[in-house]
Amino acid sequence: MSYTILKTFQFHPLLLHPTSILKRRNRFLYSTTTKATQTKVPTSTQSKKLDKIPKDYEAVIGIETHVQLSTFTKAFCNCPYNYGSFPNSSICPVCMGLPGALPVLNSKVIEFAVKLGLALNCNLAFDSKFDRKQYFYPDLPKGYQISQFDVPIAASGFLDVDIPLEFGGGHKRFGITRVHIEEDAGKLMHTENGNFSQVDLNRAGVPLLEIVSEPDMRNGIEASEYAAELQRLVRYLGVGNGNMQEGSLRCDVNVSVRPIGQEKFGTKVEVKNLNSFASMSRAIDFEISRQVQLHSQGQEDQIVQETRLWEEGSQRTITMRKKEGLADYRYFPEPDLPSVILSQEYVDAIQNCLPELPEEKRRRYEKMGLGMQDVLFLANDKNIAEFFDATLAKGADAKLVANWIMSDIAAFMKNEKLTINDIKLTPEELSELIGSIKGGIISGKIGKEILFELLAKGGSVKEIIEKKDLVQIADPVEIEKMVDKVIAENPKQVEQYRGGKTKLQGFFAGQVMKVSKGKANPGLLNKILLEKLNSKS
Amino acid sequence: MKMLSTLPTPRSTLSRFSIPSTITTFTSHSQTLPQASLTTSPPHSQILSTRHSLLSRNLSAVDLVRSHLTRLRLTEPHLRSFLHLPDDQTLLTQAHDLDRRIANGEEVGPLAGVLVAVKDNICTSDMPSTGGSRILENYRPPFDATAVKRVKELGGIVVGKTNLDEFGMGSTTEASAFQVTANPWDVSRVPGGSSGGSAAAVSARQCVVSLGSDTGGSVRQPASFCGVVGLKPTYGRVSRFGLMAYASSLDAIGCFGSSVADTGILLHAIAGHDRFDATSSKQEVPNFLSHFDSTSSLESKPLKGLRVGLIRETIEDGVDAGVVSTIRAAASHFEELGCSVNEVSLPSFSLGLPAYYILALSESSSNLSRYDGIRYGNQVYADELDSLYGDSRAKGLGSEVKMRILMGTYALSAGYYDAYYKRAQQVRTIIRNSFKEALDQYDILISPAAPSAAYKIGEKKNDPLAMYAGDIMTVNVNLAGLPALVLPCGFIENGTAGLPVGLQMIGAAFDEERPQSFINTCKMGELLRVGHIFEQTLENGRFVPPIVADSVE
Ligand SMILES: [Zn+2]
Repeated sequence: MSYTILKTFQFHPLLLHPTSILKRRNRFLYSTTTKATQTKVPTSTQSKKLDKIPKDYEAVIGIETHVQLSTFTKAFCNCPYNYGSFPNSSICPVCMGLPGALPVLNSKVIEFAVKLGLALNCNLAFDSKFDRKQYFYPDLPKGYQISQFDVPIAASGFLDVDIPLEFGGGHKRFGITRVHIEEDAGKLMHTENGNFSQVDLNRAGVPLLEIVSEPDMRNGIEASEYAAELQRLVRYLGVGNGNMQEGSLRCDVNVSVRPIGQEKFGTKVEVKNLNSFASMSRAIDFEISRQVQLHSQGQEDQIVQETRLWEEGSQRTITMRKKEGLADYRYFPEPDLPSVILSQEYVDAIQNCLPELPEEKRRRYEKMGLGMQDVLFLANDKNIAEFFDATLAKGADAKLVANWIMSDIAAFMKNEKLTINDIKLTPEELSELIGSIKGGIISGKIGKEILFELLAKGGSVKEIIEKKDLVQIADPVEIEKMVDKVIAENPKQVEQYRGGKTKLQGFFAGQVMKVSKGKANPGLLNKILLEKLNSKS
Repeated sequence: MKMLSTLPTPRSTLSRFSIPSTITTFTSHSQTLPQASLTTSPPHSQILSTRHSLLSRNLSAVDLVRSHLTRLRLTEPHLRSFLHLPDDQTLLTQAHDLDRRIANGEEVGPLAGVLVAVKDNICTSDMPSTGGSRILENYRPPFDATAVKRVKELGGIVVGKTNLDEFGMGSTTEASAFQVTANPWDVSRVPGGSSGGSAAAVSARQCVVSLGSDTGGSVRQPASFCGVVGLKPTYGRVSRFGLMAYASSLDAIGCFGSSVADTGILLHAIAGHDRFDATSSKQEVPNFLSHFDSTSSLESKPLKGLRVGLIRETIEDGVDAGVVSTIRAAASHFEELGCSVNEVSLPSFSLGLPAYYILALSESSSNLSRYDGIRYGNQVYADELDSLYGDSRAKGLGSEVKMRILMGTYALSAGYYDAYYKRAQQVRTIIRNSFKEALDQYDILISPAAPSAAYKIGEKKNDPLAMYAGDIMTVNVNLAGLPALVLPCGFIENGTAGLPVGLQMIGAAFDEERPQSFINTCKMGELLRVGHIFEQTLENGRFVPPIVADSVE
């Protein structure tokens, strides 16, 4: 019989054996059957803005973030992990927890953990270990999760964040309590109308880093900016894709509220199901309002230690489960894995290979004289920053490059729903384009035309200029001929101009530009035009 | 000197192996039976003699398997060593294949034609692997344990899966969910455990060698009870991949054989680093097989200079007087072989038992969590998840296992961890250090393998503490991760045949295989060589139980 089960899991994952069929049970459900128990909160608090939080209360927010590492194989076996693969198509005896199977650590996990630990300015544990965290759940094949308990691989660090100008700006430093390694669990798939659940173990054993912050955040924006910066860091370091929708970056926030001046923390409430930075920020602000309201009504005893779920639809948090005392995970050292010993050379080698981190980048851009808005736009996206830096490396002027990227290029990407990696324009050509305009080879107007061609089709600036004969006409004789032609063809307007209607200069300039097919050097054109128009008066 | 004078006349290795004495008993060619004088001869390697017979075409693998099957039919109903036996044709097909390859002059592996039994908590892809538990009844793993894989790759033929106490938790096989194995020396007695099936199978010649597992003595105690050689290697010497975990930091796959040579040859086959077990040692496996064919040229004092320490705490109160006198006789035998034998005190010895049980049960409570009825194994269908877990485990696991899970869970619980688990780890360090000190002074340490000979089935079934106390001789070795060899060294009177008593020899880590060329002048503690010499020079050193005595000699 067990034989069939194995077959079922390995080859016909959706034709599930009864073993994976479980009756639904309220306490395990994330939605639908759990009803909000907090009905006292009036809906008006939903719209409360940050500045409406009464001044006599302070929120204390800490965040636990799970970052999925993008190693080729899982943490303790050789299975690859690809998001969205067919259920149970990437499993083996180890990650299924079969009898006799043993975990063997993927060394890449340590490398990634050390990278992130260093980037978060942490102290590394040179002698750490794995522990077993024990609990029963169908998505946890072994009945325990391999994790790190009392000796996390990194601890006591910090993360620097620039708050965007629209939220008041400013530089913040948030403490990092610890970073530890653990394995992910599988996924339960609750059938829509059926009364059973199915288990997909593809994700079981995928390496995670859990990053625990100090309770340093005070509002939703600070929390979501912290999380966004963590996402940038993960992407800059190349240790994960940080995708929140796929669950590669998961944030659980702890929110409590206390009267200003009170040292003791209020009762903390955990909020889950935050699928974007925006929902994170809104969920926290909602939760703060809810708790402040209870406080100000003298009902702070209604704030209980619990896990609440953010409901995107109704824009509020609802009770998911009350904590029944502290769970006892019966941690003990994992006897199947040797301890993790780091050498100074190993750490140094990783330190020396760290890329420029977002914070360093922002400070560098700032020193170039770029405004904070530009700095954040360019540095926040690793790929844009790389594009920007590559363009600078070709000799282009920083401010000009920033302008081009933030205006026309950004607009193009937005319209076409493309990322900077998808566009055909290369940093080399952008630099060439800017240089061509600056050097007077083409006009700014022609430059823009070329830019859009480069964005959509690619190619080189030089080729386009040559092919389309777009080189600026800077020969005064040639321009004079065109001016003469336009004056000769528009005697009526010349008369009006000379009669005092000097506004018509724009009309003549436009006509000459048209004759030149846009190529005439505008400065020269205007100079010659004015001379001609005024001389015969 | 007295002992040495009774040594059989030295025979050349070749001539010894040219007489397929054991093999002939498997067949009906009784005319080739060796002369009577050999019946008290020391045990010899069945693996080497079988190999010789096969390669010299004196014996076909098919005949070998046929006689094996005949013997199995005679003995198995009395002993119940096996939980699973492949059908005859499966074995005969493998034998045919081997005969064909030998006939074609093809290379055959060093274990070609060796009949190997495998404890049922070691995974085999072509046979069920239940761990002796109802919760894994009919479970078939999709892979071979590394040890099994190596045995098969070297030509070994797996003849069945042997009985055990459920998941290795017990000392008698009475905690098996399926059956109780009987001791071949006296079928009213237990074979020991948890590897009782593997020990009984070797003792009754139902196989040539077998694999067991040893967490606190589960190879050594049944070896002692059944009068066979049992080896618990250094922790990490043999991959645990495919061994159903009981207590991961203590578990070791071990070997049984009817001679030290066979046991050592099996160890050599399965030892070595395995990338699927992060705790397996990267230390190279030296070739120590040469130890086993050189006894013909023994000097008069072949173990001259070897320092043997007899652990005082193991021959004190609570140990059967007959066991103590047999061990003292073994000590005298060591002296006659040229060793210096002294009593050594390991004051921490008695601390080992409680520390062992806390650590083993703590780890087991975690290791057995995977038997939850969700993904494989027997499931009790229930409306609610908690009932599914509870009912599947209540029905699938036996009472001894449940008791150990409960105790281990308790020891790891918040508020108790420091008092139990952590303290036991500290004791473990003390024990490890005290063994290290003793093994700096002595090349090997000796003790009984168990405080008594095999006891009656049912005798301790309702007295778990008495049964746990029986592990006092062996658990310290697991806590220290050391290698230990148990070999039969004498008998306790019991009716006509007597019951075998096992001598435990403990070496320094990786000493079970240290080749002689490796040894510096003071360090001569390599267990297998010493064990082999001890066995070959012991008077009445053949341990064949009455149940098969007629057919063996
Ligand atoms: Zn896997």
